[in-house]
Amino acid sequence: MIFLWFDLALFFELLATGGFIVYLIKQKKWAFRYAYWILLAGFLCHTVFLGYRYYLLGTAPVLNLKSALSFFSWTIIGVYLLFQAKFRLMVLGSFVAPFAAFLMIISSAMPWIQEPIKPIFKSVWLTVHVGTIFIGNALFAMAFVAAIMYLIQEHQIKQKRLGTFYSRLPSLATLDSINYHALIYGFPFLTLGMITGSIYAQFALGSYWQWDPKEVWSLITWLFYAALLHERLAVGWRGRKAAIMSILCFCILAFTFIGASLWLGGYHSFDSLGVREAL
Amino acid sequence: MIKILNIGMNHETAPVELRERLATEPNNALEALAFMREQECIKEGLFLSTCNRVEALLTTDEVEKARKLILSLMSRLGRIPEEQFRSSLYTHEDQGAVRHIFKVASSLDSMVVGEPQILGQIKEAYVLATTQKTSGVILNRVMHRAFHVAKRVRTETEICETAVSISYAAVELAKKIFYSLEGKKALLIGAGEMVELAARHLMSQGVSAMVVANRTFERAVEVAKSFKARPVSLEEVDGQLLDVDIVLTSTAATDYVIAHSQVKRCLKKRRNRPLFFIDIAVPRDVDPKVNSLDNVYVYDIDDLKGLVALNVAQRQKEAVKGQRIVEEEVVKFEKWLETLAVVPTIVSLREKADTIIDTEWGKSSSALKELSPEQKEAVRVLTRSVAEKLLNDPILYLKGKASRPTLNSYLDVVRKLFNLDGDKGERS
Repeated sequence: MIFLWFDLALFFELLATGGFIVYLIKQKKWAFRYAYWILLAGFLCHTVFLGYRYYLLGTAPVLNLKSALSFFSWTIIGVYLLFQAKFRLMVLGSFVAPFAAFLMIISSAMPWIQEPIKPIFKSVWLTVHVGTIFIGNALFAMAFVAAIMYLIQEHQIKQKRLGTFYSRLPSLATLDSINYHALIYGFPFLTLGMITGSIYAQFALGSYWQWDPKEVWSLITWLFYAALLHERLAVGWRGRKAAIMSILCFCILAFTFIGASLWLGGYHSFDSLGVREAL
Repeated sequence: MIKILNIGMNHETAPVELRERLATEPNNALEALAFMREQECIKEGLFLSTCNRVEALLTTDEVEKARKLILSLMSRLGRIPEEQFRSSLYTHEDQGAVRHIFKVASSLDSMVVGEPQILGQIKEAYVLATTQKTSGVILNRVMHRAFHVAKRVRTETEICETAVSISYAAVELAKKIFYSLEGKKALLIGAGEMVELAARHLMSQGVSAMVVANRTFERAVEVAKSFKARPVSLEEVDGQLLDVDIVLTSTAATDYVIAHSQVKRCLKKRRNRPLFFIDIAVPRDVDPKVNSLDNVYVYDIDDLKGLVALNVAQRQKEAVKGQRIVEEEVVKFEKWLETLAVVPTIVSLREKADTIIDTEWGKSSSALKELSPEQKEAVRVLTRSVAEKLLNDPILYLKGKASRPTLNSYLDVVRKLFNLDGDKGERS
């Protein structure tokens, strides 16, 4: 029953992605409207799924890569819906929805593993820690998408070759502003996520900071984003440089999220979150 | 038989000297409508006069006479002898006239295909015709369909999407960089017709402040006056670069007026706010290397011309789609017009029934005078409904035949059968 909601969410999100791509190519408003409402339906199914899982597990459903990817996809769509409400930029969905759907496809390709939940995971701190980190990540994903769109559009204007994307993509100022807003909202969430994480670690493991690989990489990610924020606010970086930097930052973030969890070991790795004893 | 007639000249058939003589007088349209209203053979009329076209759209049953009248009207309005412009005129009839006006309204017949002003102008002409009461059943329908076609062409093709003049292209680019020009500042270096045109365009898009720099300060003051701009000397350009967003250059200088180092220097102080150079001077005023700086965009006249050429080609492609929509709508209109052909016969049928009822009522009035008013009314209703029931089938039959080529023979039979033309003389 519960997996039906997951499948529904996946189905709607794929359908919405198709709609957004039709919109991108055909430039027809109705395609956007359908895609938007379908995506909203997918988001609601996804929410029901996650809520139900939370209720069953007693903690945030992020303890293996499959669940984490699905949760990430959900937060990205959520952040997109908020940005859509603010910027009313129809073409944004054509870039965000495929990204979110891609994460969902990977997630759906992985097997469901029933794992007993260790008692230390049933903590509000874990939920807060994971929730804030993921909202931060989703905002950075938005900044990443806007940066890619910016670079495409900037390249066309700079090279004076105005191709098919020229009329479809919004102005440079708009894209830069999305990148900027995603960054300044995302950074506090990342910071908060790391602070709550260390408080939780103090409760659960008796130490704020253990030089766990994921902790170290999170710190590196944080420093990179801090540098980008500093350049933007204090030095006045904008446009191309800021876009490239936010793409670089997001690559580091993606490595921290997936690479550090899969290959570098430590108590954050999904292996150790599961049934096998690694602590 | 009523015919729709369209007589006029446009940018293709007539030279500008001719068109402007007819278009410049502001009261021409009003005068033309008054003239058409007075003519017996012109039933409905509309007069469109813009800088690219002058034409009359009318309905008449005497084509040649109406044509001559319009010719004399145009000759009088423009104070030009008829033989000087007769060869520049085109005449479209019926289907052709409808197609032409559909094309005009959807800007497929414009000098710059897809330009949006023509629809507004044609709407104005129609409003004038309605207030002057020269527009009737047919023209109302033609014009409403024309607006509908224009809307379809605009939404279903990309004909209006692209800029086809240099200043339009520049403004469009600026919008892709800044999103909106609202509150932006522009610097004009040099003066000339082109730069003033582009500057006016920027102003209309919301550019809030302008600064004019020129080699001779007097000229700068002069140009600045017409834009409510601030004049500065050429030496002050450096300082202005810190502040403005768009720079329009068109000096006669043989060397670059804006150097790479000069722009590079100001970028940091500008905190990298984007800077857009529109260089319409030949030889160029802005060092092309400036374009390589981050957040700085330089477009010279050739770049802009390239964009325009690309867009023109795009519009031609879209125009083909537009033509197809026009054809579709012409066919629909024809259908409607055909049903119109049966209307006079139906009207005379009904009129005949009414006269019969009235005369018979008169004959029987003495016999019926005993009846109470309610009973009289009942008899009246009874006679009416008998007549209506009797006519109902023939009318439906005629309407059903409206689009057949043999319609006229059906109409003929009906008119003879009911003797509709007998004692009342000719009816159309």
